[in-house]
Formats: sequence, structure tokens, C-alpha cells
Amino acid sequence: MFQAFVYLCAAVIAVPIAKRLGLGSVLGYLIAGILIGPIFGLVGSETKEIQHFAELGVVMMLFLVGLELDPSTLWQMRARLVGLGGLQVGLTAASIAAVLLLFGVEWHLAVAVGLIFSLSSTAIVLQTLSEKGLTRTEGGRSSFSVLLFQDIAVIPMLALMPVLAVPEMADLGAQTVTPATGLEGSDATDLHADMSLVEGLSGWAHALVVLGAVALVLLGGHFLSRPLFRFIAESRLREIFTATALLLVVAIALLMTLVGLSPALGTFLAGVILANSEFRHELESDIEPFKGLLLGLFFITVGAGIDFSVLFGDLPTLLGLTLGVILVKGAVLFGLARLFRLAHGDRWLFTLGLAQAGEFGFVLLSFGLQSGVFAVEAAKTLSLVVALSMLLTPVLFVFYDRLIVGRLGARLDAEADEVDEQGPVIIAGIGRFGQIVNRLLVASGIQTVVLDHEAAQIDIQRQVGVKAFFGDATRPELLRAAGIEKARLLIVAIDDRDRAVQLVEHVHRYYPNIKILARAFDVNHLYLLEQAGADLALREVFDTSVRLGAEALKTLGMHPFKVEKMTRAFRWHDQTGLDQLYHLWDAHPDVARNRAFLARVKEHGETLAQVMETDRLQLHDRTERGWTPPPKDYHRHLS
Amino acid sequence: MLVLFAHPSLERSEVNRPLARAASEVDGVTLVDLYAEYPDFAIDVDREQGRLLGHEAIVFLHPLYWYSTPAILKEWQDLVLEHGFAYGSEGKALHGKLFFSALTAGGPEEAYRAEGVNHFTIRELLLPLEQTAIMCGMIYLPPFALFGARNAVDQGRIESHLSDWVRLLEAVRDDRLDIARAQDLPRLNADLGAIIAAN
Ligand SMILES: Cc1cc2nc3c(=O)[nH]c(=O)nc-3n(C[C@H](O)[C@H](O)[C@H](O)COP(=O)(O)O)c2cc1C
Repeated sequence: MFQAFVYLCAAVIAVPIAKRLGLGSVLGYLIAGILIGPIFGLVGSETKEIQHFAELGVVMMLFLVGLELDPSTLWQMRARLVGLGGLQVGLTAASIAAVLLLFGVEWHLAVAVGLIFSLSSTAIVLQTLSEKGLTRTEGGRSSFSVLLFQDIAVIPMLALMPVLAVPEMADLGAQTVTPATGLEGSDATDLHADMSLVEGLSGWAHALVVLGAVALVLLGGHFLSRPLFRFIAESRLREIFTATALLLVVAIALLMTLVGLSPALGTFLAGVILANSEFRHELESDIEPFKGLLLGLFFITVGAGIDFSVLFGDLPTLLGLTLGVILVKGAVLFGLARLFRLAHGDRWLFTLGLAQAGEFGFVLLSFGLQSGVFAVEAAKTLSLVVALSMLLTPVLFVFYDRLIVGRLGARLDAEADEVDEQGPVIIAGIGRFGQIVNRLLVASGIQTVVLDHEAAQIDIQRQVGVKAFFGDATRPELLRAAGIEKARLLIVAIDDRDRAVQLVEHVHRYYPNIKILARAFDVNHLYLLEQAGADLALREVFDTSVRLGAEALKTLGMHPFKVEKMTRAFRWHDQTGLDQLYHLWDAHPDVARNRAFLARVKEHGETLAQVMETDRLQLHDRTERGWTPPPKDYHRHLS
Repeated sequence: MLVLFAHPSLERSEVNRPLARAASEVDGVTLVDLYAEYPDFAIDVDREQGRLLGHEAIVFLHPLYWYSTPAILKEWQDLVLEHGFAYGSEGKALHGKLFFSALTAGGPEEAYRAEGVNHFTIRELLLPLEQTAIMCGMIYLPPFALFGARNAVDQGRIESHLSDWVRLLEAVRDDRLDIARAQDLPRLNADLGAIIAAN
């Protein structure tokens, strides 16, 4: 309990301050970690365990990233993924190894260190990119491709470590020593997991089990998850749905760990598979808060794990090494950015963003230590360099913000806009009403995102090819996941009157630029919706009733164009009355106590016949007004 | 024969209503009340083109509104006379068909000349229709016009105009109209006897 208090306290104090100062939340968490760990010593060795748990945050982040990328988008990225990612890892590893060789480092070690530093921090970079809204820029996408490639590349690297071991050291390494940061096994393969499905299997069997597990994730994600979610959704228990979402992520992470694959990679794949499903936005909004908290915790533990005694033991060397790593990585990244023709701003984002080493580095380090690639001292130093470079990343982003963006200013904004696809139209509620609205919009080539809390309804809509998502549209998180921030228009067509008004009120308050059109049930509801900020509210049965009335008149033999004129006048008359009454109503919406309003309504209802008569006369005047022939003798007075 | 009838305020019509009724009773005439069929102006182009194909003479029946047709007849032209159907190298659907307008004008005939308040003759004022017909390869005839329409009932001029109207329609139907002579008249009913052969 006390631990939780300390962690939360540190986060609550440090993060908002860091954000205020423009440093970003990641640096805030890291600083919070340093404060409670090495500086005040409030937390101790348990950070290691907490970090293991917090790694779930990274796993969830990758799951969310996967949800944003449907398979076809991923396929489109293949060139950048393999080309850019492969070159980045290869060239960085080679450059760093080369520099080390120049300094006379033994080649096994040089290659191992090169590999470790070729990786960047998925957690920090993705979090920062999305916080700054840069995910969809060219630079952001390129960074993501590289990170994804690195996630995959970790697996062969782990296999390579034992090969690089210097024979004499292998024995030494067998006595496991914890590196200086107290980090052991990160989100990638924790090869020290007590359980393993692949231990002691022959190469073939191993490969089969691994493939089987991946296939299970892919096929299960494709075929099983949707019926399961639908079943859960029908139970209408929100927290159980959230629990199921968490269970899914944890189960995949566990499975991947058991077969020695990266859990982050596994959940990423699951995310991609689910990216096209109707539950995408609901899953997003469910997992998002957990991811945020756990990732924060993860960063805190990184900060808390820094060993100050080692750090201050040889500060200049450590700083030198860290800057050296960042420089070499940056140089390679900048070269690649030019090669792949990134625009100026994107090039710097790519370069500065990925120049740090990452959490996978810790994994490789601890594994390399056991395999006897590194000596204990070297491992301590190296893991401090990794941590320091991660610590410096937010500083580099600040540098990017202030210098690059500051200088490019408006130009960069314009570019970012182009990349962004046009904002969608969000339709809340896909019952009989929403369906028709949606059909018309889609037929007109408008991109819509449809939300409804009836899983069955969503299912039907999906079968006829509508982009529909499960979820309660009145929840702010779901709206955000559906893209309300970029939406141009919200259409409110949900069944629940009060919630419809709440929804309008919420969106109008927080996103004043979005136009809101709403379906009203009756006049009072219409007034409530307009008062809540709807740009337009229409009574759901009014038009149809007028049309049926018109058909009745035609059936009675009235000329169709006369009927047309009558209905036009009728609509006009009704609208005028509605507007007049609104002013009275708005002055005092509590109808029961609004004297003026009641008086007016009473006046209207007093003698129905009288009202009908005035209506009739007024309508008559209006219909008679058009196409009136001139008086019989009008031409005598023309000159 | 296709009579396209346009009157937006039928309940107050004194002349066009009987004209429309009379036309509908002539054998071989299809009368279409455009305002009744398309009260919202959503004209069904295919249907209208089909009707044109099925008839040899096209007649607009309408009151003169601001020296032109009521709005729906303009809308009808804009939508139905498509390129490739009514005009253009492939648009020959209307070639050789007869076209004229049967109209009623509030102003007296004296008003429709250079010295009158309207400064132009009715034929001059209808030049856009005339050129449209030519563009579509149709044979254009001058309008069948009733002037001083607002007093026609009071002055007892309706009956004779109605019988002229029926006579004209029947003559067109039976091919008894002297087209060459009719084309040069200021209006068709200037001298019906001269352009219609007896049967
Ligand atoms: C909107 C409008 C425009 C008119 N414009 C003209 C006109 O330009 N010249 C004219 O002689 N009469 C004009 N009139 C008079 C009509 O031609 C006249 O009322 C009509 O021919 C009478 O026929 P009806 O009894 O069948 O309606 C106009 C009438 C209306 C209602």
C-alpha cells in the first residue's frame, strides 16, 4: 500500500510539472522514478518485480498500435519496414562495432554491443509521438516501421548472443549477476521464465511449437475473438468486457513468453487482426487507461533503477559513451532519412526520436551476461548507458520541438495536415434512424464511423458492409477512439433521449468546432438538444407524417402541386411556431413553471377548432400567394 | 401527339384548364400534367424521353409567364433534352418531329408588337424555344396563342378558342396541316382555315 502511495504520489507530482515545462510525460515519469529511487531511497529492490509487471504496459501499447493498423496497411508498409528497419539495425550495429574495434575492443564484444545499441525504445518513442500527435506524419510512420522491425529483430539477436560469447567468460557468466540498473529481462523474451514450452525441444519441434503459437494467435484472433466479444457484449456488463479485453492481452503475452517469442510482437499481431473488427474502438478505449498507467509505471521503474554509485563513479566516461552512442545512431538515422527522402522536419523527427537505446537493450544485456558475452562490470556500464540515453530522449524531443519545429513553424503544420485523412463523420446509434442517415452519407462517398451499443445490430450492419463499431457512444473515451477529435460532424441518433442530450452537451463543450446534428423525439426533446448545443435537431416523425398527410390529400383528389404548396406552407408555419415557442421555452426550460410558455400552449389548445381555423387561414394566404394571375383589367393601366 | 401541360395554379385557371381538358378528349393525344407528375420538380428523364420517342408532335400548353413558360417546362427542357438524345452527332431522337407552343397571354395582342408595351411580337419573344426546336432537328411552328386571356371568359372568347384548339390538334394528328404555310405565320391561329385542309 505504501509503495502504491509513493509511486502514485511521485507520478501525480512530477508528470504534470514536466508537461507544464514542455518536457513531455515520459521525462516526468523518469524523473519521478529517479526521485523515489536513487535520490530519496523510498523504493528499493522491488522495482525489479514491479517493472516486470509494468512491462504489460509496453505489451498493451503494441496491441493498441496493432489496432490502428489493419493488415492491408501493414502490408503497404512492408518496403519501409524491411528496407528502412533492416538498414537501420544493420548499419547502426556495424558502425558502433566499427568504432569499438578502432578503440581496440575485442570483436565478439564489439558486435554484441553494436547489436544492443542498434535498438531504440519503442515505449518512449511511441508514447511521445502519440502524445505530440506526430504518429501520422511521415517521420512518425517511418519511426514506427523501424521500431517494429527492431521488435522482430530482437528474436534472432537473442539467438546470436551465445554464439558471440568468449569461451573463457561463459563460465563466469553462468553465475548470474544483475546488471547495474537492476533490470533483468524486459518485455521481450524473458528466457528465465520458469515455465517454457520449448525448453529441451529439438530444433524442429521448437520451430513447430513457435509457429503453432503464432498461428493460434492469428486464427484465434480472426475466428474466435469476435464471437466471444459479441457474447460478452450481449451480457451488457461493461467491466466484464474490459476484463475480457485485458485477459486477451495477458493471455497472448503469456503464450508468447512460453514459446520464447516477444509478447509485444504477439499482441501487436492480435491487434492487427482485430483492427477491422467492430470491437476495435471499444477495445481501444478499454485498454488505453491501463496502458497509460502501466507504461508510466514502467518509466518510473527505469528511473528508479538507476544505480547512482556506478553512475557517479565514472560520470564523464558514461556521459561520453552515451553521447557517442546517440551521435553514431543519429548519424545513421539521418543518412537513412535522406536516402528515403523524408522531408526536412520529418527527417529530424526520425533522427532525434530514434537516437536512444531501448528497453530491449536490457534484455540483450542480461542474456549476454549469462551467455558470457560481457563481464559484469562491462554489463553494468552498458546498461547505464542504455538508461542514460533513454533519459536523454525526451530532451532530444524538446530539442526537436524548440529548434526544428520552431524554425519550420507553419510549414510543418501544413504537411501534417496533408498526411491526415479527412475527418470522418461519426454516427452515434445505428438503429432504424441512423441506418438511413448512414446509407445516404456512404452512398454520397462520405466516410462514416458508426457506433452502437447493440452488438447484434452492429453485427448486421457489418454484414452489409457498414463500418460499424460496438460501444456506448456517450462515453468520452469511445468517442475519442472513434476519432471525435478529427471528426467534422457528429450525428446523434441514439434511442435514449437523456443520453442523447448529454452526448450533445459533452461534444459541444469539448469540441466546439464539430457540427452536431441530432434526431429529436418530440418538441421538448428538440428544444433540449438545441439548448445543449446541437446545430440542428429534427423531430423524427415530423417529415414522414407530413408526407403521409400529403398522400392523403392526393388520394382525396387534390392536385399534387396544390398538395405540394400546402405542405410547403404547412412546414413553414410549423417552423415559425416552433421558433417562437422556443424563445419562451428557452427563457425557462422547466416547462411546468414557465408561465409564458404554458399560456402560449394553452392559447394554442384552448379551442382546437379555433386554432385549426387560424392555421387554415394562414396556410391559405401563403398558398394563394404564388402564381397569382394579374387582375382582369391590369393591362389597361400599363403604359 | 404529346401535349405537355404546365400550370402551377390550376385551381385559378380560367383558360388553360378547359384547354387541357379538351386536349385530353382528342383521340391520339397524350396529355401530361407536368406539375401533377412532378410536384417536387424531380423529373424522370428516362420516362420523359420514352414519351417523346412515342409521339410525332410535341406541344407545350401553358400560360405565358414573364414572356416565357412556367418554370417546370424550363426544368423539363434542361433535363430531358440531353446531348446524345436530343442534339449532338448521336442525338437524333427528335428529328423531323413537329413542335409548337399553345399559350395564353394576359396582355392583349396590340401589346405584342414593336410599338406596344411589350415591344416584341410573341413569336420574337419565343425565339429561345424556336432555336431549341431547330437545334433538336424538329420542325418549329409559331405558337397557338390566346391574348387578353384574363378577359376571355367575360368576353365569351373561350368557346371559339377551344374549338380552334381541337381543330388544330385533329389536323396535326391527321396530317392535314400545311406545314410550309404554317411556318411563316406570326401565330398558328391567325388564319386556321388557310393552313388546314378539309377532310
Ligand atoms: C407569374 C405570372 C407571370 C405572368 N407573366 C405574363 C407575361 O409576361 N405576359 C403576359 O401577357 N401575361 C403574363 N401573366 C398573365 C398570365 O399569362 C395569365 O394570367 C394567364 O395566361 C391566364 O390563363 P389561366 O386563366 O389559364 O391561368 C403572368 C401571370 C403570372 C401569374
